[in-house]
Amino acid sequence: MNTALSWIKAYVPDLDVTAQEYTDAMTLSGTKVEGYECLDKNLENIVVGEILSIERHPDADKLIVCQVNIGTETIQIVTGAPNVKVGDKVPVVLDGGKVAGGHDGGPLPENGIKIKKGKLRGIESNGMMCSIEELGSSRDMYPNAPESGIYILPADAVPGADAVELLGLHDVVFEYEITSNRVDCYSVIGIAREAAATFQKEFCPPVVKETGNAEDIHDYLDVVVEDTELCPRYCARMVKNIKLAPSPEWMQRRLAASGIRPINNIVDITNYVMEEYGQPMHAFDYDQLGGHKIVVKCAKDGDTFQTLDGQMRTLDSRVLMINDGEKEVGIAGIMGGENSKITDDVKTMVFEAACFDGTNIRLSAKRIGLRTDASGKFEKGLDPNNAKEAIDRACQLIEELGAGEVVGGIIDIYPNPVGDSRVPFEPEKMNRLLGTNIPAEDMLAYFEKIGLSYDKEANEVVAPSFRQDIHCMADLAEEVARFFGYDNIPTTLPSGEATTGKLSYKLRVEEVAREVAEFCGFSQSMTYSFESPKAFDKLLIPADSKLRDVVTILNPLGEDFSVMRTQPLNGMLTSLSTNYNRRNKEVKLYELANVYLPKALPLTELPDERMQFTLGMYGSGDFFSMKGVVEEFFDKVGMHKKAQYNPKAGKPFLHPGRQAEILYDGKSVGYMGELHPQVADNYKIGEKTYVAVLDMPVVTELATFDRKYTGIAKFPAVTRDISMVMKKEILVGDVEKMIEQRGGKILESYKLFDIYEGSQIAEGYKSVAYSITFRAKDHTLEDKEVSAVMEKILHGLRSMGIELRG
Amino acid sequence: MMKETLERIREEALKQIQESDALDRLNEIRVAYLGKKGELTSVLKGMKDVAPEERPKVGQMVNDARSAIEEKLEEAKTALAAKMREEQLKREVIDVTLPAKKMNVGHSHPNTIALEEVERIFVGMGYEVIEGPEVEYDHYNFERLNIPKNHPARDEQDTFYINDTIVLRSQTSPVQVRTMETRELPIRMIAPGRVFRSDEVDATHSPSFHQIEGLVIDKNITFADLKGTLAEFAKELFGTETKVKFRPHHFPFTEPSAEMDVTCFKCGGKGCRFCKGSGWIEILGCGMVHPNVLKMSGIDPDEYSGFAFGVGLERIALLKYEIDDMRLLYENDVRFLKQF
Repeated sequence: MNTALSWIKAYVPDLDVTAQEYTDAMTLSGTKVEGYECLDKNLENIVVGEILSIERHPDADKLIVCQVNIGTETIQIVTGAPNVKVGDKVPVVLDGGKVAGGHDGGPLPENGIKIKKGKLRGIESNGMMCSIEELGSSRDMYPNAPESGIYILPADAVPGADAVELLGLHDVVFEYEITSNRVDCYSVIGIAREAAATFQKEFCPPVVKETGNAEDIHDYLDVVVEDTELCPRYCARMVKNIKLAPSPEWMQRRLAASGIRPINNIVDITNYVMEEYGQPMHAFDYDQLGGHKIVVKCAKDGDTFQTLDGQMRTLDSRVLMINDGEKEVGIAGIMGGENSKITDDVKTMVFEAACFDGTNIRLSAKRIGLRTDASGKFEKGLDPNNAKEAIDRACQLIEELGAGEVVGGIIDIYPNPVGDSRVPFEPEKMNRLLGTNIPAEDMLAYFEKIGLSYDKEANEVVAPSFRQDIHCMADLAEEVARFFGYDNIPTTLPSGEATTGKLSYKLRVEEVAREVAEFCGFSQSMTYSFESPKAFDKLLIPADSKLRDVVTILNPLGEDFSVMRTQPLNGMLTSLSTNYNRRNKEVKLYELANVYLPKALPLTELPDERMQFTLGMYGSGDFFSMKGVVEEFFDKVGMHKKAQYNPKAGKPFLHPGRQAEILYDGKSVGYMGELHPQVADNYKIGEKTYVAVLDMPVVTELATFDRKYTGIAKFPAVTRDISMVMKKEILVGDVEKMIEQRGGKILESYKLFDIYEGSQIAEGYKSVAYSITFRAKDHTLEDKEVSAVMEKILHGLRSMGIELRG
Repeated sequence: MMKETLERIREEALKQIQESDALDRLNEIRVAYLGKKGELTSVLKGMKDVAPEERPKVGQMVNDARSAIEEKLEEAKTALAAKMREEQLKREVIDVTLPAKKMNVGHSHPNTIALEEVERIFVGMGYEVIEGPEVEYDHYNFERLNIPKNHPARDEQDTFYINDTIVLRSQTSPVQVRTMETRELPIRMIAPGRVFRSDEVDATHSPSFHQIEGLVIDKNITFADLKGTLAEFAKELFGTETKVKFRPHHFPFTEPSAEMDVTCFKCGGKGCRFCKGSGWIEILGCGMVHPNVLKMSGIDPDEYSGFAFGVGLERIALLKYEIDDMRLLYENDVRFLKQF
């Protein structure tokens, strides 16, 4: 919403503020000004000049030399403009003055263009005559400006007068951000009302007079509203003997400042009233309404209709149409039809000011794919009570501008008038909600300023229908707060009983995950929750995998963001790939984010959101350093038992011989491994990449922050080393299981200290050496105790087909 | 005679000790004089030839010589050790300006750093951190927040839909509703998390970003409390000099509603390029919980009131750490992450 300060001042005559003061105060009272533009910025020293004589330039065919009366004196100006003649009044920028732009109408330079006197082909020129583009505007906004050349001012302009003033450019255009609850502020009147209340000035809205000749519209036109739900109110008035002409300067200027191109008096009046009242209007050519009738009803599925922009539109049964009894002539609230639009030959017309259901207009506009200024206003849900005043205002302007003869009477179909809303006046409650002590009289004074009245008898505040947002005490409290000033409300802290600030257990476990990952050199990444379904192919996930059961977004930002991820690796690998592509060496990343697993498809309940702790790295480290990170994490969240690693994890995206399912206490906690070289290729990562994914809900279940001190050993330990040769396929994990099983109570720890394949070891075999430590809590171990346990262990190992050495 | 011999031995030993420059040599001297076969020991062995009445005197002389030598040995040993330590320290001088051997600790994402700051502030004020689902029922994301079907606010938020009843939450506000529904009063909570809106990716937009919701419900909670709490928060987050400004705004689930600006922390409010000359930076939306929202959650608005606020986490991270392009947050280039 853009409006000129001059238009606001038309209704708040005493308003005398700078643009910045206006901006600040309006923003603080709730009508946020996003910015403003001073139209006379960079227009300096520009006066009305009268051309007294024109001579040809002696040395240039395309230049002329003019003597120009600028009120105080006559000066000589050389110009190349083709359109001036003796007697013309033109804007002249004097020596040392400034204009806003060049004559080509290109982008305006920040600080304008300084004009100095000088010589043009040897002839002195003491200023410059200006085109509309040089004045910072355009022919769109000043339709009477010539296509190229100097702007010609009205004949009655006085030489020496301020030309900028005459052009209506001493003005400021404000841009507002209007919130959706304040439909009334999508109008100049609405904003002016707020401005008057904000600056404590009198509000003088336009006075709408009775209009029309002795005839009765009902003799010309019949209106039937079939769907009063979608069209709560329909007002029609008529104008005959139309005289199309340009609208007056003041109207053109106000429209131009609002960003609307002046066209002719009829179109301009419709637009003017739309801006002024916030009520879109439409004009039909009465002679094109075959049935001399207006029927408001829905279209049929598949109907087509040509709108006045010449486009064919496909309709459906929820699109409300304006029909003339024989054919459709407009899409209600969106755009009129080609078949009934106002042309230069129009003689008689029908004005429409209606109220259409906002939601239906919004959805229809969306389905048809046609959003217009009008539909943009309607979809906010307009006040039906505004329609009649707006249409009467339009007719008043028709008469004032001499644009035609207004037919007497109005057709007004309004079966269920909307009344005022009433809210009990509860000053104490409002003060209690705001934490203030504002006297009741002050509150009532604020209300009065914005058009809310007080019914003393009922002790109710009465809000007219243009304030559709006021329903309850809190709504009134906001009005009080706005004009009391949010700044003037005290600042306190909540009293009341103390509460304990804390993180949930889940969040604490996640915090530890972050600490461990970062301590181990991993930096935190964040990736999107939605991705391309093609990710499954890149990860070699088979067509029948459950991972492909995804939550799909109905209206995604393209296929690449269309499904909610069911695995976290695509995000991680994409990030690693970005780093690899940018030649970053030794990259370690982790992410803590959800995957979304549907419980059933199609989705009827919310999917299972599972937090995944994903680690990924390339450039340094290997499978076992990744395993180290996993175990450090387990240790820090109190998972001190030994995790198990099952090499048959069944992950298609990992190296088949270098992957493991991670188990703890028999539960699957996640998986890890080296990235399958094919997947690495798919992501264009040219180095060995290792990943680990931990399913945090399971970890959170297993984690504990309970700690217990178990004492430091008092008695000495005994260490025995064993050296073995075994088939390659035998897992070291199974050897360790055997040591644990047979080690009994005195087994304290064991440590792999050598593993070897190669010369001196038979093909298909490996040599493995362990150092095993025993200790008893309550006595010094005797050799025979240790030997007995060792014998058990060795026996067990032999039974696995392991050969013991030396 | 014996006396001269002892005198000589003593003199010789002391001289040798004086001249020695290594611990080994001192040991040799000890063995040569005081050892089992040492000179002084052999004098003792010759004691049998001394007249019995002379023996105590000679014994005393031998002992004197022994202790003198021992004392001198010890002295020399200490001096020599000190000297050697001195030399060792000189040899071991390093160039302390050589580069460090870093542990290469990883870095938190700037979003997380900002979030932890916010959490620290509110947890300190007695707020609990609560989470809610990211894929959410329309009912919680909109209806229970006073945004019925076809409300224009639904369009403003450009929501991603899964189906008629399930959406990707467009705000963290549904956690307010879930909390009011399940928790005992009073409530003081913040709810950080991912939210989604169908905005194309550019320097200031992302279809996935984070918000932190805040909610306080208790008896006698006022708009003044809202102002006080958020002013405190702004000072903690942006520095004690920070001032705040509340502007009226509209949210369907709060009434009265406001937006809060803070004084630009770059220029302190004078106006600069960073705050586009205004001296203020818009930071969050807030308001008193709408009575309809309270009622729908089974809370009597005549007895209880509350306030709520929502902060964009990325907005805080971008402002605080002066990151000029939101896309950097989701690229995960380690050269970016390492700066936090």
